Amino acid sequence: MNLLMVFKVALRALLRNKMRSFLTLLGIIIGVSAVIAMVAIGQGAQKRVEDTFSSMGSNLIIVRSGSHGAGGARGGVGSRLTLTWTDLEAIQTELSSVQVAAPVLQTRAQLLSELDNWNTQVLGTSPEYFLIRSWSMASGSVFTQADVEGATQTAVLGQTVVDELFGANYDPVGQAIRINNVPFLVTGVLEEKGQSQWGEDFDDVVLVPYSTYRARISGGLQQYIPGSIFVAATDPDDTSRTELELTQLLRERHSIAELAEEDFSVHNLTEMAEAQQEGTRTFTMLLASIAAVSLLVGGIGIMNIMLVSVTERTREIGLRMAVGARPTDILAQFLVESLTLSIVGGLLGVAIGISAAHLLSKQYGWSLYIPPDIVIIAVLFSALVGVLFGLYPARKAAKLDPIEALRYE
Amino acid sequence: MTTNGTLVALDKVTRLYRMGDVEVQALRQVSTTIQEGEFVAVMGSSGSGKSTLMNILGCLDRPTSGRYLLWERDVSRLGRADLAEIRNQTLGFVFQNFNLLARTSALENVELPLIYGGLASRKRHRRATEALQRVGLGDRMDHHPNQLSGGQQQRVAIARAIVSDPRLILADEPTGNLDSRTTAEIMGLFAELNQAKMTIVLVTHEVDVAAYASRILWMKDGQVVLDQPHTPSTPLVLSHPDGDQDPGRPEPPSPPDRSTDGSIASLAAQQAHT
Ligand SMILES: Nc1ncnc2c1ncn2[C@@H]1O[C@H](COP(=O)(O)OP(=O)(O)OP(=O)(O)O)[C@@H](O)[C@H]1O
Ligand SMILES: [Mg+2]
Repeated sequence: MNLLMVFKVALRALLRNKMRSFLTLLGIIIGVSAVIAMVAIGQGAQKRVEDTFSSMGSNLIIVRSGSHGAGGARGGVGSRLTLTWTDLEAIQTELSSVQVAAPVLQTRAQLLSELDNWNTQVLGTSPEYFLIRSWSMASGSVFTQADVEGATQTAVLGQTVVDELFGANYDPVGQAIRINNVPFLVTGVLEEKGQSQWGEDFDDVVLVPYSTYRARISGGLQQYIPGSIFVAATDPDDTSRTELELTQLLRERHSIAELAEEDFSVHNLTEMAEAQQEGTRTFTMLLASIAAVSLLVGGIGIMNIMLVSVTERTREIGLRMAVGARPTDILAQFLVESLTLSIVGGLLGVAIGISAAHLLSKQYGWSLYIPPDIVIIAVLFSALVGVLFGLYPARKAAKLDPIEALRYE
Repeated sequence: MTTNGTLVALDKVTRLYRMGDVEVQALRQVSTTIQEGEFVAVMGSSGSGKSTLMNILGCLDRPTSGRYLLWERDVSRLGRADLAEIRNQTLGFVFQNFNLLARTSALENVELPLIYGGLASRKRHRRATEALQRVGLGDRMDHHPNQLSGGQQQRVAIARAIVSDPRLILADEPTGNLDSRTTAEIMGLFAELNQAKMTIVLVTHEVDVAAYASRILWMKDGQVVLDQPHTPSTPLVLSHPDGDQDPGRPEPPSPPDRSTDGSIASLAAQQAHT
């Protein structure tokens, strides 16, 4: 009996009990689609983290005021200002492993154009910041070191800000805007970057020279930097050396005793990315294993229905044996039946899982990534489930004694 | 009727059933041969071992001891797969309850043995059609069993039994579920097949049915106690195999047309009613 014939017989048997076959399918469909959707969403999250961090630059190190420890009364990162402008200068000039460093001061402010107004994030920084983030311009140019020194009222806008203040497809370079009612000249527009990992919009930002920021937008103490320092390491593969040097330098400058805790923190973005990814990976694994359990339950459903089917068709099996079916023919027939169920369920599950993932991502704005191999793995895995859970009923059928089977009522 | 070779040779075939501590000897040292072209009717009271014998002849079961040569091949120790192949190629079965696949057309039912014989679809179709025409159901090929009468269903079953052109047809009480007119039709069909040189072994309780055979085997307690030739389609008169009475059962009145007192025929007539 050839395979095509076995398949035909199996298909007929399944179509004979359409409702039952469908319900059995459902178990596998739910399992597989859950696996696919969970993995797609999990992988999407992971990829988003990856993309965000790679867009931030792998050689980025962030130095902040305040200690590492988040514990109790000590006060966390940024709770007290400790970084000074001379610290920044020292970082820029004394460390060879530092390519560039830039201060980052930020606040929210109301923006105004001739046409519209918009509330957004204002960053006070230096031209080096654009280098560190490897951000390029869609039009115009970045403010210069001279602008910083002269504290000129110049600004670089993100695309969202342009859209909100001037409307889409408008080039505002040379136009004036007001930030907290202070007039600024637009010198450039950033290239569009899209949403980032935590839903912040890097396009919804306006950047001004830090000197202007301090003079016109948010003052603060003279000596301290009311924000953080972004540092680009010279060697992206050896950011840990840069970190070490930064730490040593600042400990010295802040006169921190040998074993005492630092009053600043140094973060390596690669480490942060890894920690983030580790988190999403664990989450994905957890989701996927829950989904896999439901696939297993689907498998048990197949086994159950196949056992019922074998019992119901005992006489048929006896007859098939009497007219010449070998035990292997019977085994193949039932195995192909459960395989058909599980593979069809697997394919439908993949389709439904992908659609469900798309639907969810549209609904909640999650990003998606469906690794091509997960589709193959899911179908293969459900086929495996079909074989594993179909084997016992099929063997039971194949082992039937033809005489007893024919006599079965 | 021609006999041109030994088809079946049983040599001291014994079949034991063990149920816990109790042993039942369903067959005791049965030795006999069946020639090609014979039409054998196996008779005997209930529990005498007729079905057990048929199962062994049909390669559905193996003897506990003794040898069974089918067409000069010793099949008494073959494995399940080999036996399946022999059933497929050499044997045809007709059952009392027809055993057709439900919700499956007559044609597909008849094709079933050919599927396991590995025949291509077109050939299968042709041979199944021929077999159905041969049993007079050329116009019912697409009917499902529940659309056919009992007699027609049994014809489909016979078509299925002959479709792979087997050496031997085994029928265990094929008319047991049919009325007397349909029984006559079905037996006529068997007689036709036998005239076309098909070897047939048939179990029956009815003298009228056995009367179609060319040889009668009478079984009692797992043994063949009477082996008698018979001219087909003549009234069946059997010599008395001593003491095959069923003591626990009151004798039902014999039908007037077959009350040959003291003969096995009247005894068989009684059993037909049990
Ligand atoms: N599977 C079995 N297990 C145990 N004993 C069995 C089995 N099959 C048959 N027997 C016993 O073997 C003996 C012969 O049974 P068999 O079915 O061959 O009788 P039979 O001549 O066909 O009877 P009937 O005319 O009622 O069909 C009986 O005593 C029966 O109880
Ligand atoms: Mg019987």
